[in-house]
Amino acid sequence: MTFRKYLVLAGVTLCASIGDSLLSRGMKQIGSISLNHLSDLILAVRNPSVALGILLLLGFFASYMTALSWADLTYVLPATSLGYVLLTLIAKFYLHEAVTTSRWIGILLISAGVGFVTQGPALTHHPPKAPADKSEYEPASARDQL
Amino acid sequence: MKQAYAWSAIAAIVLASTTGDVLLSRAMKQVGDVGALFRESGLWTVLGRVLRNPNFLLGVLAMTTAFYSLLFGLSWGDVSLIAPASASLTFVTNAVAAKIFLHERVDHRRWMAAVLVAGGVVLLAA
Repeated sequence: MTFRKYLVLAGVTLCASIGDSLLSRGMKQIGSISLNHLSDLILAVRNPSVALGILLLLGFFASYMTALSWADLTYVLPATSLGYVLLTLIAKFYLHEAVTTSRWIGILLISAGVGFVTQGPALTHHPPKAPADKSEYEPASARDQL
Repeated sequence: MKQAYAWSAIAAIVLASTTGDVLLSRAMKQVGDVGALFRESGLWTVLGRVLRNPNFLLGVLAMTTAFYSLLFGLSWGDVSLIAPASASLTFVTNAVAAKIFLHERVDHRRWMAAVLVAGGVVLLAA
């Protein structure tokens, strides 16, 4: 794991939690959506908070895809779960939702889980299967010289 | 009744996003290290390879379903219930699905992380 890879994981964490908070604020401004008026759900993107939230979730998606290209799903998910801690802090200080003692304990547990998984290897190495045709595993340049 | 709506949204999010995560993870392993590919061949090669991958497209479809379920859920309940509850359950179902479908080595460290994060998220939702 390089510093740049940790930066990508931080990008996943920050974009997801800030994006979710903006979506929540926007959807509260719009109010409850009835199952009879599903078109309201599509029109929700006209709300600035929802639109900005979607932009941040696009940033989340790009960094998440990058992380998944060099790390296991079971590594990336817990490693980026600090976002829920951040989400709770945003909920408390920005959305003014109540944060009880049990929620603080929850934050501690999640942080411990993140500590556990980030100490292990990021990627499962699958041993290559026995080659049926050896030439398949030679680099193209070596084949070209034959 | 509002709680029942919120939890049905959570169930829909968990099912759709687990399917999406597994498909996207498989797609990106097929594409390979995006950073290395970007340095060797540039942005368009990376985008072309990712966007032409069938697993990626199916994964995005599943994630879109999960996203609209999330929008529904957020209009009915607190962000600090819906987001962590669905994410925690997704985390557990993903660990199982990654072991079965992606053959990832989920060792004691990763199960421990799964249990701690899931437990933490249950407490956040309480």
